[in-house]
Amino acid sequence: MDTVETTTPRPHQENAAPRPVGESVTRLDAHEKVTGEAVFADDLQFGPNMLYARIKRSPHPHARILKIDASQALALPGVKTVVTGQSTPGFIGLYLKDRHIFCTDRARFVGDPVAGVAAVTEEIAERALDLIHVEYEVLPPVLDPEDGVRPDAELLHPELGSYEVANFIFPQPGTNIPNLFKIRKGDVDQALSEAAAVVHHTFRVPHVQHVPIEPHVAIAKVDERGRVTLWGSSQSPFAQRNLIASALGISQADLEVVAPYVGGGFGCKAGVSMEALAVAIAMQVRGRPVKLRLTREEEFYTTFVRQGLVAHFTMACDAEGNLTAMDNKFYWDGGAYAEYGVNMTRGAGYSSSGPYDVPNVRTDSFCVYTNHPVGGPMRGFGQPEMQCGLEQCINHLALEIGMDPMDFRRRNCVKEGSNLVTGMKMHATGIGECIEKAAEAIGWGHKDPPSAPHKRRGKGIAAMWKAPAMSPNAGSSAWIEMSEDGKCTLGLGGQELGQGTFTVMAQMAAATLGIPYDWVRIASPVDTKYSPYEWQTVASRLTWSMGNAVVAAAKDARRQILELVARSWEETPEDLDIVNGNVISAKSGRSSSLKGLVVYGLAKPGDQGWIGGPILGRGSFMPTYVTGLDPETGQGQRAVVHYTTGAQAVEVEVDLETGRVQVLRGASAFDMGKAINPDLVNVQMEGGLVQGISTALFECLQLKDGVVRNPSFVDYRIATSADAPRDMQSIIVEVPQDDGPFGARGVGEHSMVPTMPAIANAIHDALGIHPGAPPFTAEKVYLAMVDAGLVK
Amino acid sequence: MAHHKISVTVNGSVESVDVPSNMTLLTMLREKLGLTGTKNGCTAGECGACTVFLNGEPVNSCLVLAVECDGAEVRTVESLARNGQLDPIQQSVIDHNAVQCGFCTPGVLISARALLDRNPDPTEEEIRDALVGNLCRCTGYIRILDAVKDAARVGAAPGTGGSR
Ligand code: FES
Ligand code: FES
Repeated sequence: MDTVETTTPRPHQENAAPRPVGESVTRLDAHEKVTGEAVFADDLQFGPNMLYARIKRSPHPHARILKIDASQALALPGVKTVVTGQSTPGFIGLYLKDRHIFCTDRARFVGDPVAGVAAVTEEIAERALDLIHVEYEVLPPVLDPEDGVRPDAELLHPELGSYEVANFIFPQPGTNIPNLFKIRKGDVDQALSEAAAVVHHTFRVPHVQHVPIEPHVAIAKVDERGRVTLWGSSQSPFAQRNLIASALGISQADLEVVAPYVGGGFGCKAGVSMEALAVAIAMQVRGRPVKLRLTREEEFYTTFVRQGLVAHFTMACDAEGNLTAMDNKFYWDGGAYAEYGVNMTRGAGYSSSGPYDVPNVRTDSFCVYTNHPVGGPMRGFGQPEMQCGLEQCINHLALEIGMDPMDFRRRNCVKEGSNLVTGMKMHATGIGECIEKAAEAIGWGHKDPPSAPHKRRGKGIAAMWKAPAMSPNAGSSAWIEMSEDGKCTLGLGGQELGQGTFTVMAQMAAATLGIPYDWVRIASPVDTKYSPYEWQTVASRLTWSMGNAVVAAAKDARRQILELVARSWEETPEDLDIVNGNVISAKSGRSSSLKGLVVYGLAKPGDQGWIGGPILGRGSFMPTYVTGLDPETGQGQRAVVHYTTGAQAVEVEVDLETGRVQVLRGASAFDMGKAINPDLVNVQMEGGLVQGISTALFECLQLKDGVVRNPSFVDYRIATSADAPRDMQSIIVEVPQDDGPFGARGVGEHSMVPTMPAIANAIHDALGIHPGAPPFTAEKVYLAMVDAGLVK
Repeated sequence: MAHHKISVTVNGSVESVDVPSNMTLLTMLREKLGLTGTKNGCTAGECGACTVFLNGEPVNSCLVLAVECDGAEVRTVESLARNGQLDPIQQSVIDHNAVQCGFCTPGVLISARALLDRNPDPTEEEIRDALVGNLCRCTGYIRILDAVKDAARVGAAPGTGGSR
């Protein structure tokens, strides 16, 4: 009876890609990471000339700065400088320049940097902070995004209208709204009035922190001419070069960013968070390296947070279970400065139908300034928060109409050619297959008995989609330089954060060039002075974007080699190939190793001179086809480059005596087009699932009057080895991406997008209670069970 | 600040170090001896990134004062591989793709080695317990658990690894 139409999977491309693409080769960086040799920013040694920096921060969520007196601090022996906003008048910001490096006249969150000290030891720098006296006039704070949009709200940025802004961000001057993104598609009111079922829910998703195990660290040095070197744990060396140089009024060519391995980023080390502070301080003590390392406490309350979200959904379907309308209002708690928040607001808007084909959609997605920590990108870039509510509503609606939630998703999910919320046409996608396979992997439709009489079991599923949310023309570049023995060094500007990008880039380079994988070395650390340009390591865009640049560079090197050998052999390049590091001719059967010729060229016969020269391949990639969207309707030709889709299904057990939720098993199925290294994809899916479980069950940055109340690992709990489910299945679906290298698209962030709603839906299946907004702590679930009369 | 001259055996070699009384073992290893394999994730005993062997026991080196280590024997992640030969737990972590960013890895390896030294055949629960103080934000832990299990199967080849 199955009338549900699903996406037809494309024929599998297995074995179509040249080796080692598609093979789970060993990570390039694994050996140095298990021996302790891998170098992270804090491991760099700068000698006794180095100074230590500490930051004086605002204790108020919102205050005018009346006076800063640093004279006592400056008199403390060992203190070399105190820097305030007076030395940093320029503006900084990724999409909207609304921030000074140090506060000038106003502090806008608890932790906002007011002054910086450099001293000969960290202890002296810390002591000096108490000797800086700041006079504040406390102002009323905005602590909730829905309050922030009220006409009578205190204005946090009265100058909003004068800030420099990217052309796809729409600030509303005279309000606290640095961006408003709208979708107007079809006739929502009409569709709602004709619907067979309508659900309406509001979700308040709390702030969470990224919690990389490596804290932020930056070391800056400025020479006598004012040229800057910055070493740091960074996802965005090139964006930092650009933003810090323009804020300080120096040339990008005079700012070098060196970025060794990153000990976990998840978004919090993207853009500029604290690095500019170190540079501004180093400006005042030229010639001396200045190191700023955040404490774990500062890590929790002063760095980018995953924004809070208040989301209202109204969703409708017809009697057959076809989605007909969505009416969404999102209020993002952007925090004190716009940074990435404005673009997350946009990303949530153009993805606001979820991965479904919905004819009528109305969305207002507001980014709102509040006196909270600054909203930054976190794994999923707004989609986990937004889809947390959306996917619970989908479940609810399916049950309302009497359909199985899995069938409902299969019926409504986007297909190739679907008309998306922005008017863009959907490309080929394997989402239907992902939904089915994830469900099947956990035995969808069968209810297993609980492990004890006081426990209940339930299964839940959630689908997802996410596009790389980035500047439309974010570019990548790469080079390949051959060494004498035929091995090569691959230059790239994307960062190894743990996701394995160096490994998959080496695989793509080896496959394209025709050499063994272990002949490729990465030119690391990434250094803006020597490495080729890369926009940022964010948005799960490297495999796709940097991968395209690497493939282009490898093709370029290969072409040069083949042309050289063809000339020497008097053959045509088309008859030649490079296989396993040897040039071979299909026509003449000749063969030659790459050794020597890739650097020294080849001698002409009879000692009559030489041809060729050192081989240097270059490649770059920039999407040129993303178009603008109408500010009133959000409609346009092509909103994004592509969407990666997927689904997760989980089984949970809830303890009726304690409210504790345990995830027994989880299955992840994602369509990444082509898995360049399947096991690295698997571990992304596992790691993302556990991070998703952690945010679903435990994590919440407790903000009270603008103060983070739980800035430590003890009070902010993340998943430990005790919490990871033994049974985690990862399913790779490969519907190729037409503009991706070997058909690949990104999958790094996606694996934690559907986890919160999948767990919420499983809790509903177990208890019949909609648990609402995360975290689904034992206490919250227990109280909900009491409310529902399940327990007394 | 008072300074003390201490003598401590680090990875088999006797070091004489001048340390201020408030310096931690972690800072001494990283800044005085240049052994940066041991990581600092919190300076508060909460993340496990700084785990080292102190007289054969795994400790959070950010919670130990350097002066307390006078006469002690310390082993760090740098000591696990010998003569180019990885400890079985290191090899197993590579084989299981149990390392991503690698920042937790040195601490994880020491905690795992310590477990295997005292319990060569741990159950999954025992492995989870032994690693509960080593936070990892990347891997989702299962690969680490599997790596330890497999390393236990291989055992520590004589002359490689081990805490003493
Ligand atoms: S640095 Fe010692 S436990 Fe975190
Ligand atoms: S591998 Fe990154 S924290 Fe464990």
